Amino acid sequence: MTQDVNLKKNRLGWQPPPAFYALLGLAALLLVNWFCIPSFFEIQVRDGNFYGSLIDVFNRGAIGVLLAIGMTLVVATGGVDLSVGSVVAICGAVVAIVLTTTQFGIVVAIAAGLLAAVGAGAVNGILITWLRIEPIIATLVLMVSGRGIAKYIAGEQTVAVPPELASPTLDFLGNGHFLGLPFPITIAAVLFVVTLLVVRRTSVGLLVESVGANPSASRACGINDTVVKLTVYVFAGFCAGLAGIIDLANIGIADPTNAGALSELDAIFAVLVGGTALTGGRFSLTGAVIGALLLQTLMTTLYTWGVPSDVAPVPKAIVILLVCLLQSPTLRSWLERTLRGNRKMGSRQVEASS
Amino acid sequence: MPTLTKPILKIHNLRKQFPGVLALDGVDFELTAGEVHALMGENGAGKSTLIKVLTGVHPRDSGRVELDGQTIAPTSPSAAEGLGISTVFQEVNLIPRLSVAENILLGRQPKNAIGAIDWKTLYQMATQTLTRLGVELDVRKQLAEYSIAIAQMVAIARGIALDAKVLILDEPTSSLDEKEVTHLFTVMERLRNEGMAIVFVTHFLDQVYRISDRITVLRNGRLVGTWPTGELERLDLVEHMLGRKVPQLSAQRVGSAAVPSSKISAKPVVKAQGLGRRGSVHPFDLEIFPGEVVGLAGLLGSGRSEVGRLIFGFDSATTGTLEVGGNQVVNWSPRKAIDAGIAWCPEDRKLDGVIPQLSVRENIVLALQSARSIFHPLSRAKQNEIAQRYVAQLGIKTTSLETTVGTLSGGNQQKVLLARWLAMEPKLIILDEPTRGIDVGAKAEIENLVAELSAAGVAVLLISSELEDLARCCSRVVVLRDRRIVAALDPSSDLEQNALDESAIMKLIAHHND
Repeated sequence: MTQDVNLKKNRLGWQPPPAFYALLGLAALLLVNWFCIPSFFEIQVRDGNFYGSLIDVFNRGAIGVLLAIGMTLVVATGGVDLSVGSVVAICGAVVAIVLTTTQFGIVVAIAAGLLAAVGAGAVNGILITWLRIEPIIATLVLMVSGRGIAKYIAGEQTVAVPPELASPTLDFLGNGHFLGLPFPITIAAVLFVVTLLVVRRTSVGLLVESVGANPSASRACGINDTVVKLTVYVFAGFCAGLAGIIDLANIGIADPTNAGALSELDAIFAVLVGGTALTGGRFSLTGAVIGALLLQTLMTTLYTWGVPSDVAPVPKAIVILLVCLLQSPTLRSWLERTLRGNRKMGSRQVEASS
Repeated sequence: MPTLTKPILKIHNLRKQFPGVLALDGVDFELTAGEVHALMGENGAGKSTLIKVLTGVHPRDSGRVELDGQTIAPTSPSAAEGLGISTVFQEVNLIPRLSVAENILLGRQPKNAIGAIDWKTLYQMATQTLTRLGVELDVRKQLAEYSIAIAQMVAIARGIALDAKVLILDEPTSSLDEKEVTHLFTVMERLRNEGMAIVFVTHFLDQVYRISDRITVLRNGRLVGTWPTGELERLDLVEHMLGRKVPQLSAQRVGSAAVPSSKISAKPVVKAQGLGRRGSVHPFDLEIFPGEVVGLAGLLGSGRSEVGRLIFGFDSATTGTLEVGGNQVVNWSPRKAIDAGIAWCPEDRKLDGVIPQLSVRENIVLALQSARSIFHPLSRAKQNEIAQRYVAQLGIKTTSLETTVGTLSGGNQQKVLLARWLAMEPKLIILDEPTRGIDVGAKAEIENLVAELSAAGVAVLLISSELEDLARCCSRVVVLRDRRIVAALDPSSDLEQNALDESAIMKLIAHHND
């Protein structure tokens, strides 16, 4: 009967932590690299700064990590945000335009970009909570229109930020070093730690999980699910804004067409592989971060192998599929049954022959 | 007389076992052409299972079903329809975006010479079928444009369009208003006169006595009996459904639930005046005083749960006013109700109560935490302390505070829910079927808890189908029938009235105001 569904337990009596399969995937990938590309683990020190493939993974992965952190809380409420990639582009365009066409300076430009990103998140949240539009539809609207908005802001072209305007602040955000590590790593790490503290040390995490797991019962507990949902979409927008600034700072060009393209899908994958169910409820920020790093490790590995970037999505899709299969309880129990069945058959044959 | 004619449908010794539950245990049932046969019973009686076996949703384990003397064993609802057994389920299984005519004839649309749908004949056939029911409407319009009552008619039309011999109506009136019910009954009478055999499943006693020719009562998967409606007293029917004789002596009361003195002095915790919700419960007046245990009695579907939901603000009222602590409230919601000290243990604890994915600790502190600002979280130590206290006080059997609530037994989940609300120190606690599906020991503990709460000055609104429990625990019992509060048993205010006991409640549930 229905109440027994929750009683289903792992046969081994051991429940893996949510981030387990992401870690497993990451470990497997690193192991492959260990044998195939020994140079992957080399770290050099130049001018007091660290360089190497591993550092690259963290540096380039920062954007994915930021998006995954925002996406985790959205998914935990039972929603999804498809618009974060477009918000990356919008934020980058706003910062670049404010910087190149006004005299307000870098701080105002960044503030304007973040404001635009947060506003985009608020629009998502309002569509979903007040107008009760399905999250996938509501955010799809901004995913599609957001690219157009970014292009409109940027004047239908890429906007290059001249070095004299970019340095030192913007350049530092993208390419600077802090404690010997590229600065995007610091931004992602700080956001991760702060978010972790806020959701677990205040009641935010509990409220988010409760709304995602059982909206009706949450309402009966007096939880305002409208506020909770609105907050997570605004936060996802903010994270996308940060990612957009790093993206702009990295290359010095706001590219409304390609900035953050398809990154929303990577973020969703990172969240799912990190052990947060798309149906909402329990979430794992750590798992999502590991998931994002797994993806970046994969991409870096493929580039190191010389796989052309146009073809890279294919092996990437295969790895994603493998990790998802690892997580599938159906497949795991089928494997278990098959293995067990074979063993039984084997023993029966032994009996028969004796 | 229907009883004289040969039965069209005969069920003999039907048995159906589900994992852990014997849903049907040797049930016999006979249906004759040209009768409306009411099928009655409380939750878990086996009505739904009987219908599902009859219509091929579930296979039967053993027994025999004969239709017109032929043994049948339909394997799907459409197979049953093909044999002449049509069913209109409570949630009407129609497609709102298709036209009325398409809904009536879906799957058997008339075809023309080249195999395309012959729309002209389709509309004609649909109109004819509806005319047979005395219903006139534009069959070309989308079903979504019509009311639920019309959808019900369309579902019936779909059923009889197949030359059905047996029509099963599963709680067809539960979402209809008075006028729509009358219309449905007219249609049912018309079909009965044409010789249709109708099985009518409902919870509404008045409707059973208005329309049905015979009544069959099931209880706990067993047949209690079949009677001609005219020969079965309402009180007897209720006795058969609930499974007990009106007792001679009322059972021992738990605690001292009578609250005469405080009731005169104190303000009511809540005072509802003309509070009601369209299609859910008729406007009612109700006052609950501190320390009082007020029982809400009534059969399933009588509106007893809806009263609790309205007072807690889970459903919004469409009429009337509610005063809490002397102040009239507006835009009432669970959030405000909790702030005003009202707690609610819902009937469906899986849907509206516990959050199965979360731990025991999290479930217990949830209401308390949501009432605080997010920046004033309860520390983990404090959470553990609160959870630990209630786990100990209520005897919640769990391996740890971090155990997922979904893995606990029903009784322990109920206790976790109680702990959540007790931690709030409420002024009024609404308990909707707090003892359903839990074992006897846990039940006694919850009853004792009610007495303790009452002694501590907490008002309790106890909604239950267990009349014995109500008689034992409550200082006053309010009785609902057919979504209306019909009477109150209040020994303290009415000295001439009989004592508050099971038989008195049962009489009120069964009868008109006589």
